[in-house]
Amino acid sequence: LYILFCGGSTLLGYIGIDTIIEQMRKKTMKTGFEFNIMVVGHSGLGKSTLVNTLFKSQVSRKSAGWARDEKIPKTVEIKSVSHVIEEGGVKMKLTVVDTPGFGDQINNDNCWEPISKYINEQFEKFLKEEVNITRKKRIPDTRVHCCIYFISPTGHTLRQLDMEFMKRLSHSVNIIPVIAKADTMTIEERQEFKQRVRKELEMSGIEFYPQKEFDDDMEDKSDNDKIRETMPFAVVGSDKEYQVNNKRVLGRKTAWGIVEVENPNHCEFAQLRDFLIRSHLQDLKEVTHNIHYETYRAKRLNDNGGLHPISTNGTHDSNL
Amino acid sequence: MDAIMLQEKLVERLLCPRVRTARQKEKQYVGFATLPNQVHRKSVKKGFDFTLMVAGESGMGKSTLVNSLFLTDLYKDRKLLNAEERINQTVEIIKHTVDIEEKGVKLKLTIVDTPGFGDAVNNNECWKPITDYIDQQFEQYFRDESGLNRKNIQDNRVHCCLYFIPPFGHGLRPVDVEFMKALHEKVNIIPLIAKADCLTPNEIKKLKDRIREEIDKFGIKVYQFPECDSDEDEEFKQLDKELKECTPFAVIGSNTVVEARGQRVRGRLYPWGIVEVENQSHCDFVKLRNMLIRSHMHDLKDVTCDVHYENYRAQCIQEMTSKLAQDNRMESPIPILPLSTPDVDTEKLIKMKDEELKRMQEMLNKMQQQMHDKD
Repeated sequence: LYILFCGGSTLLGYIGIDTIIEQMRKKTMKTGFEFNIMVVGHSGLGKSTLVNTLFKSQVSRKSAGWARDEKIPKTVEIKSVSHVIEEGGVKMKLTVVDTPGFGDQINNDNCWEPISKYINEQFEKFLKEEVNITRKKRIPDTRVHCCIYFISPTGHTLRQLDMEFMKRLSHSVNIIPVIAKADTMTIEERQEFKQRVRKELEMSGIEFYPQKEFDDDMEDKSDNDKIRETMPFAVVGSDKEYQVNNKRVLGRKTAWGIVEVENPNHCEFAQLRDFLIRSHLQDLKEVTHNIHYETYRAKRLNDNGGLHPISTNGTHDSNL
Repeated sequence: MDAIMLQEKLVERLLCPRVRTARQKEKQYVGFATLPNQVHRKSVKKGFDFTLMVAGESGMGKSTLVNSLFLTDLYKDRKLLNAEERINQTVEIIKHTVDIEEKGVKLKLTIVDTPGFGDAVNNNECWKPITDYIDQQFEQYFRDESGLNRKNIQDNRVHCCLYFIPPFGHGLRPVDVEFMKALHEKVNIIPLIAKADCLTPNEIKKLKDRIREEIDKFGIKVYQFPECDSDEDEEFKQLDKELKECTPFAVIGSNTVVEARGQRVRGRLYPWGIVEVENQSHCDFVKLRNMLIRSHMHDLKDVTCDVHYENYRAQCIQEMTSKLAQDNRMESPIPILPLSTPDVDTEKLIKMKDEELKRMQEMLNKMQQQMHDKD
């Protein structure tokens, strides 16, 4: 939305152009948002708990509780669950895509392929809708806007599987690495680990979100630089509440103290939440649409020597 | 008369006062009740050795735990490889040896480390270097035992393997199951839950139950504590029961000393509290240490010798005899040397030692002759 100001002339009276922002807001509130988040990491790193904590509701696949008799699947499965959550009149259709089985086998060669395939399939779905002759008013967006990758808090370095995954997928999806179960490490250990991880990622040329190359302007750059310096966020998730200093807080109770999830001195959950939801949610969607999706689309166009629009009636798949 | 007095003096010196007053009353006393003390004194002089293997993925706190258990700093100069450097790394076997002395008792402790285990993307058979190593030690001992010169046999057999299970999972992972099954008939496996300070007490209990269940389900034979003797006192029996119900031990290690409750203790300092390694309500470190060092070290060695090594030996002999039968030769009842020829160096050594023995024998004979002549 650009508003042109003629240099020098003063407006006689109030026109009301600025109300367009309010009109946009009202419209988007009515239509609602879609947000698709994927969680990747091997079993037991607290993925489901973290997602539930982030959105303060039971939105993950395993909302039944902790004690589960689930067997580790032999291959990586993709399971997605959608919920509509509402806050302040704004509706969001949140889809959480879980990837059980990732990294759990003895031989984990190529275990990232089902995930890569899923991401590309969503791009393909969107592309097909886009090239239709009669297009839907609002194309349903199932594309993965953000992939949270859970790093195991070993305290040493990234594991080989972590590097392989991020190397291969950082160009199709926004990857946000987090250090899971951060209450395993002391603050010192955490800082050292983070530094090492950042260094390794840099040395291998892996760009996590927010990617440096997509910073729009100086303001973005300085904001994002600050965030990049703190990433990967060291998080702790919990769905239980305890009483601390006369307040009810989400936390984990151990024999030596209560880890408070939202206390910035304990872990960086609050930072992750603010970053993911309160400031960069829309940007995640935009980067997915303008960059990752366009990359996919361009590749498809080049591969097939051009796309012909297909009608919704015929099931002509020959051009795609 | 003299002999009896001497005997009684011996009894006095070696037995403790309580027993002495009881014994002095007996007339037909022989005195071999002092044997345990004699054995004790001899072994203290000789010193003990113990070989402990630690296995588990990187970053499970193995080195820290070993340092905490034995109050040493074995890994001072260790350099951590980054992920790129580790891409084609295979599982290595690294030994650290340290001599520890406490109250006159010497322990030669060997820690066998297994860096690289479980760290790759494809971990198929990543336990093979480890099983090969254990077999090699058995083979070497078997050869030494069957050899001519048995005076200085070095016992490098692995007496115990601490296996570190990550606390992040929901139980045993496929790699845990496969590893333990590959090793449970070669070495005493003690599974541990690593980095237990990231779990709440409830979670620890659930995880322990789950792991015990799965160990049963998969038929994994972990090290079993021997049964208490029926004449032990109730307190001991109770402790023993608690110990058994506590497995697998949930442990925490630390290389740093922190101030907690007015004392300086080994621990970890978090913003929400201080974890004390030796506090029994925080973790099972003390139970592990007591079990490993203070009560069951000897039993671990016994089981290694009596069960695991004997299994290996029986298997070895069986293979050899079947091979002999295949070659249509007479079956030898007790093979003295293994079929493979010892290398040149050991042959030389054996020759040297034999000649030394001969010389010493001659000297002894001379001395005896001299004494005889004197009389």
